[in-house]
Amino acid sequence: MRGTNLALGAAGLAAFLALGEAVPRLGLVKEAYFPPTSRIAGALGDELADSAFWTALGDTLTGWALGLAIAVGAGIVAGVVVSVVPYLREATASTVEFLRPIPSVALIPLAVLLYGTELRSVLLLVVYASFWQILIQVLYGVQDVDPVAEETARSYGLGTWARIRHVLWPTALPYVMTGVRLAAAVALILVITAELVIGAPGLGARIAVAQTSQAVPEMYALIVVTGVLGLLINVGARTVERHALAWHQSVRGEVAV
Amino acid sequence: MSGTSPFRAGAGAWRRVLLRLLLTLALPAVLLTAWWVASDGSTNVYWPPLRTIVKAFPDVWTAERLRTDVRPSVLRLLGGYATAAVVGVALGTVIGSYRRVRAVCEPVLEFLRAVPPPVLVPVIMLFAGIGDTMKVVVIASGCVWPVLLNTVEGVRAVDPVMAETARSYGITGLARLRGVVLPSASPQIFAGLRQALSIGIILMVISEMFAASNGLGFTIVQFQRGFAIPDMWTGILVLGLLGFVLSVLFQVVERRVLGWYHGLRASTRRSP
Repeated sequence: MRGTNLALGAAGLAAFLALGEAVPRLGLVKEAYFPPTSRIAGALGDELADSAFWTALGDTLTGWALGLAIAVGAGIVAGVVVSVVPYLREATASTVEFLRPIPSVALIPLAVLLYGTELRSVLLLVVYASFWQILIQVLYGVQDVDPVAEETARSYGLGTWARIRHVLWPTALPYVMTGVRLAAAVALILVITAELVIGAPGLGARIAVAQTSQAVPEMYALIVVTGVLGLLINVGARTVERHALAWHQSVRGEVAV
Repeated sequence: MSGTSPFRAGAGAWRRVLLRLLLTLALPAVLLTAWWVASDGSTNVYWPPLRTIVKAFPDVWTAERLRTDVRPSVLRLLGGYATAAVVGVALGTVIGSYRRVRAVCEPVLEFLRAVPPPVLVPVIMLFAGIGDTMKVVVIASGCVWPVLLNTVEGVRAVDPVMAETARSYGITGLARLRGVVLPSASPQIFAGLRQALSIGIILMVISEMFAASNGLGFTIVQFQRGFAIPDMWTGILVLGLLGFVLSVLFQVVERRVLGWYHGLRASTRRSP
């Protein structure tokens, strides 16, 4: 079953690549707009041999990792504090609901003015966008804590810190992991966007340069790279999630009673 | 929340409503006051006093500007988003219903979804120029993936007992789609639509920042380049408000469409 699925998937991928080769060759789409697969692959090869490409990739990954780390740390701390302190959750709800939907790209002009094309400019956007993903998940997760478990912990005289550690955290962890997975994808989108629009060094800036200099195959090659990066981040986040939650029933596949 | 009836009349209920109102409004009021006071004497060009920003607001966002800049942005967003929703749900239903089709398409779809949507802007500019079509296509092609993949997941996860029952009653074709598949997939579909909304706004702004002669993104970048900082701040506020209004509208629609589902969830949570 799994084998057939893999074979079918590979066939689909092969068909997709063949279509990409055939459509421009047959003249259905102008080659200047959409080069055949083989030329994109060639351009990709040239990119991989270019040291400037690796520097750009490094810049992108640095912005992504730093931004995600800051957002995860801040999101978890803020989420736990807000849900542990009485009344704070209700008091912050309206503010969170208002700030969360503000599109992070609205901050692009501000970031440009404050930090120009520096890394800090990228981080401002990435952290703002990913922070909410984490915070909301932590808040949901804490809400899911079983009142009986919480009361039991209280009656055994566990202090605030011990309750956070042994009751709240294990319950919230699956939610936090979902938040991290979503935030990892959002962070990549925002890093590339910042580079593309602001011109901060990285893959996005390289795509913008390729586009303005009419280097169409290079542009597609770089886009493929960002896609592969996104794919790796998704797969990686899922793997981390599975390991961190190995004890949890959603991963163990235990039948819920 | 549990145990006390909200319908119990009396001073207690009133006090609770007042407390709620206070809790809702307190922090925003504190934050705004803090911003107002902290920035009041500000001479930093980039952080103008809130007073200046508020004063600039009505001058910048006149009816004329709403018509020439906000309306086209919103129309592009709605056009692209609606296209993505229709295409995503339709394709997702087909792909989700047939196991083989799903197996063939999955790797390609996973890859296409993983491409960060903003890089589509330069690509689609090649094909569609820099007009409105380009922006609608960019928005649609970025929004379609979360809708499509969530629909596939939702259609796939239709309760097998329900599917069997429908089959044994001879419910097939369109009736099955409308009565069984789409309702049971709708929570997932809405999760996808919600993700698509924020991607849509991002793409609307970026496509206008790249190449446009009107629109919110264009105007804000214009202000920034002209160092009209208070005006730029008002633009940021308008974008924030737009995001907020759209998310509230989305919630209203979701609550109406998925009312039965949330009711079901709440009742299963209450009685374990």
